Amino acid sequence: MKALVAIKRVVDYNIQVRVKADGSDVDIEGVKMGVNPFDENAIEEAIRLKEKGIVSEIVAVTIGSAANQDILRHALAMGADRAMLVETQETLHSLGVAKVLKAVVEREQPTLILLGKQAIDDDAGQTGQMLAALLKLPQATYASQITIEGSQATVVREIDGGTETLAISLPAVITADLRLNEPRYVKLPNLMMARKKPLENVPLDSLNVSLTHNVQQLNVATPPARPAGVMVKDVNELLSKLRTHEGIIA
Amino acid sequence: MRTLIIAEHDGQHLNEQVARAVTAAQQWQQPVDILVAAAQPDTLAAQAAAIQGVSNVLVASDAALQHPTAEHLAEIIVPLAANYTVVLAAHSAFSKNVLPRVAALLDVNMISDVLQIVSANTYVRGIYAGNVLATVQSSDSKQVLTVRGSKFAAAAKDGAAAEIKSVATPAAPAGSRWVTEAFNKSKRPPLAAAKVVVSGGRALGSAEAFAEVLAPLADKLHAAIGASRAAVDAGYAPNDLQVGQTGVVVAPELYIAVGISGAIQHAYGMKDSKVVVAINQDPEAQIFKIADYGLVADLFEAVPQLTAAL
Ligand SMILES: Cc1cc2nc3c(=O)[nH]c(=O)nc-3n(C[C@H](O)[C@H](O)[C@H](O)COP(=O)(O)OP(=O)(O)OC[C@H]3O[C@@H](n4cnc5c(N)ncnc54)[C@H](O)[C@@H]3O)c2cc1C
Repeated sequence: MKALVAIKRVVDYNIQVRVKADGSDVDIEGVKMGVNPFDENAIEEAIRLKEKGIVSEIVAVTIGSAANQDILRHALAMGADRAMLVETQETLHSLGVAKVLKAVVEREQPTLILLGKQAIDDDAGQTGQMLAALLKLPQATYASQITIEGSQATVVREIDGGTETLAISLPAVITADLRLNEPRYVKLPNLMMARKKPLENVPLDSLNVSLTHNVQQLNVATPPARPAGVMVKDVNELLSKLRTHEGIIA
Repeated sequence: MRTLIIAEHDGQHLNEQVARAVTAAQQWQQPVDILVAAAQPDTLAAQAAAIQGVSNVLVASDAALQHPTAEHLAEIIVPLAANYTVVLAAHSAFSKNVLPRVAALLDVNMISDVLQIVSANTYVRGIYAGNVLATVQSSDSKQVLTVRGSKFAAAAKDGAAAEIKSVATPAAPAGSRWVTEAFNKSKRPPLAAAKVVVSGGRALGSAEAFAEVLAPLADKLHAAIGASRAAVDAGYAPNDLQVGQTGVVVAPELYIAVGISGAIQHAYGMKDSKVVVAINQDPEAQIFKIADYGLVADLFEAVPQLTAAL
């Protein structure tokens, strides 16, 4: 079966982004970028399913400017077979992304559609569910284990208080949680080999998706810092602070 | 027009966050209804009807709703949405699974994990692991959103009983089937609602240390136990105890971080706590920057001392 993995280029998770002086947006000029960590779990899972002989072809897709080719190369170096960049300068929110991905799914006809459960920049966590809705397909979000037998996937999902297991019929949309797997490191020779793998540029216009831009970001701000705390010298001082200053423990 | 709240419950009790969503919903100054979708909805509907500020409780009843799928709930909610301009729920693993599906079927955007409702279509929410607050506006005809429960007080539960009405309940769609669930049973208060949270990090080193060092402190404080991702990944604590960007967001009266470095992804989940205490042996640890009280110490000495002194 064919697997489609949708990935996003985001600011590296180690970097604490700054707000531009005019508050219009975050300042990510020159900041280190990479594949959204959850999407890396999605790629890794597709590769493992291919190694098990379940998946036969892995297509990685992203949406954005030409700069996004680097994460597609990364996906190819990890083990994806080919990649597609839906090229646009527009900023899309989750619904727009889901609509574009729907057009890609209709073109590619994958059996398995994998995404990360959320992107660590906008933290919205919507795209997979929206894509499943638009395609009228089953969804399994926050996957920490995926087992595929025939045309059915059994997915263990991380939910509040524990886990839930769903059986969904394929094709379906599955979103990856971090504990799904440990993504492999990309070695230099793999990166070299990835250059030879096909990477297709598809202009967004050619997909005939009608997009609206109903969500505007009006401004951004740095949250108020917590007031500076104090260091206590030992457990007794800590207890007396909590009892007398805060009155929160008996 | 009206506002619809999607109620989360465990079959017997409404989640305490529902009453917080009701408070958030009052911002639109229009009637607020609650949807209870359940296999045995009667007691749940009565609980929802008693929340102050609720007009109608809509009841969807079907045996399959014992373990509802997002697909089924979306098919119930989407037709109802015709009568509503706002559809919301408290942000949780439940609502964030269902509402994006609903929004897409309605062809509208969704705003996740709203911290503040500025006006009828303008919201403040965290981005970049809560390091940045974004004000966003949606010009969609329907507003679909989840709200951060801890940012809204719970509505009182002594309201004049709202009217309870049943609604059409389409059958569960084929293609998706609940198989099983595994809840980590614990007599402690639920993490998201606890007044005190004691969290352990990688430094605990084992599940035994969670049980022998952290648990006695949590017992004395009637606290929930939390964990960092490193502790969960290492198997010291179950996944549902993870506090942070990709775990649970907590805002207790007291948060005690033990052997946790304070990575931004962890801080995201706890920095709205009223009082933060950090115990860490590294004086340079990030966690001290967000702690009200910091103690540089070996946790294996300090925590038992603290427990003994309580
Ligand atoms: C996409 C993404 C999402 C993430 N989401 C989350 C999330 O939701 N929640 C989360 O927590 N993390 C999350 N992380 C991981 C996060 O970046 C950190 O790696 C993690 O929080 C570190 O856990 P820790 O503080 O327990 O471990 P460490 O960073 O290893 O810190 C251990 C601390 O213990 C101290 N210590 C060691 N021994 C002792 C001792 N004997 N006594 C006292 N102190 C001691 C050390 O000084 C150190 O500060 C995420 C990461 C990514 C990339």
